[in-house]
Amino acid sequence: MLETLIWETAKIWAVLIPLFLAVAYFTYAERRVIGHMQSRRGPNRVGPRGLLQPIADALKLLFKEITIPTYANRTLFLIAPALAIMPALAAWAVIPFGEGMAVADINAGLLYILAMTSLGVYGLIIAGWASNSKYALLGTLRASAQVVSYEIAMGFALVGVLMAAGTMNMGGIVEAQAGPFWNWFWLPLLPLFLVYWISGVAETNRAPFDVAEGESEIVAGFHVEYSGMAFAVFFLAEYANMLLISFLGATLFLGGWYSPFEGLPVLGPMFDWVPGTVWLFLKAGFFAFCYLWFRASFPRYRYDQVMRLGWKVLIPVTVVWLVVLTALVYGGVGPWF
Amino acid sequence: MEQLLFYIFAGILLFAATMVISVRNPVHAALFLVLAFFNAAIIWVLAGAEFLGIALVVVYVGAVMVLFLFVLMMLDINTAPLREGFARYLPVGLLVALLMAVQLGAVILSERAELIGGTIPEPAADVNNIQAIGGVLYTVYVYPFEIAAVILLLAIVAAISLTLRRRGGTHQQDVAKQLSARPEERVRMVKGMSGSSEARRENQ
Repeated sequence: MLETLIWETAKIWAVLIPLFLAVAYFTYAERRVIGHMQSRRGPNRVGPRGLLQPIADALKLLFKEITIPTYANRTLFLIAPALAIMPALAAWAVIPFGEGMAVADINAGLLYILAMTSLGVYGLIIAGWASNSKYALLGTLRASAQVVSYEIAMGFALVGVLMAAGTMNMGGIVEAQAGPFWNWFWLPLLPLFLVYWISGVAETNRAPFDVAEGESEIVAGFHVEYSGMAFAVFFLAEYANMLLISFLGATLFLGGWYSPFEGLPVLGPMFDWVPGTVWLFLKAGFFAFCYLWFRASFPRYRYDQVMRLGWKVLIPVTVVWLVVLTALVYGGVGPWF
Repeated sequence: MEQLLFYIFAGILLFAATMVISVRNPVHAALFLVLAFFNAAIIWVLAGAEFLGIALVVVYVGAVMVLFLFVLMMLDINTAPLREGFARYLPVGLLVALLMAVQLGAVILSERAELIGGTIPEPAADVNNIQAIGGVLYTVYVYPFEIAAVILLLAIVAAISLTLRRRGGTHQQDVAKQLSARPEERVRMVKGMSGSSEARRENQ
């Protein structure tokens, strides 16, 4: 009893501590990568090559005062950051980092992910409402409408994965993609893969869909009144969510821990020595890099166009492809089904 | 252990449900309702119905209550007028409450449900929740399932057609028109004055 409790807690920390580190260095990577894309250097003063910058930032935020607006709803104002980060961390429980390497290997893994990502919006809603500020409320309205809309498209895309894999267990979904890279689900589910990725960027409120923040129009959106550690927690939640979407993309569409040359005659054994976790991290790293790439490349969407893209383009595409996919699965097409 | 957890979560559930109807601020009430849903989901998961529990979170917490809060936030809520008609609505309210209590009692006390003194059947070890529900839903209960789907579709169509009422004189952006715009239609090049800025300064 006690032993399992300690063991499970240890497993949770084994995921959370690297996650916090990854989030810290993801912010560093973002500033460096975007800096180089814009012919700047980015942060390079704190520590060798600026590597201690995220630590310095975290310490700075830790020592800053948390101001609470006079007319804010105190309790909800302080609960909101916790509500934002809780689902962002809880969702990591079912991600398989290798064969059988998940904190909780549950049957309804995919559904659990869907539930947890849909909870994240409460943090935004409550933060904006409790701040009792016009800009915060506007940001909240934008954020919640956007997240709710894109959740539908994303849910449909995940239904496609579920149909293709025939299981909701995350490990099972990866195992259904066993084989070289053309066996992975990105190929038979190509439209759903694109829809998943676009709505994943929109779900995390990132550029080019970062209208919730919209610093040129509504200052910083829902977290405009937050400072110090309370703000840092929102920041942490946003980056943890980005990494989560990246790892999910790698798990559901790019074959998780499988090598791209799995089972090929010469190339397969050549890469046998690389552990599966490394492949997963490389694939997820590609998605994470795309997040930064998008932010440096695309101008922000106009809000009505964000909604139009979600409802009138992505959702119809997913519905049509689900019908096509049904035919593919029923006919047992290709190496996939 | 499981029993202890059950009582903890059931206690929170009852507390949250009571707060839903007793707090003054509607936003707080909605948030307590979220807490209540959450604890109900946890109790279902504890009982071994993991699919139903997570589905409850996805549907009610993740979608329905978000829309609820979305609407509530935009209202300027003044609680005083809300409490005005309390005495007037009391008889009707009591009647509804009584009816619901009778119905609930009928369900709980009925012999068929075996809710009192009955035991929860052990879930089969080799079949998981989702497969079991899917197996029944698409075979035995396929007609109710399809009918429910059609009713939901009808609700979607009805809601959309209600909002399609066009009012004259509003400004709307037609994205297709915007995308098909060409520079030649919008911008007319006029011959500028020679030496541009210098010439303009002289003109002023």
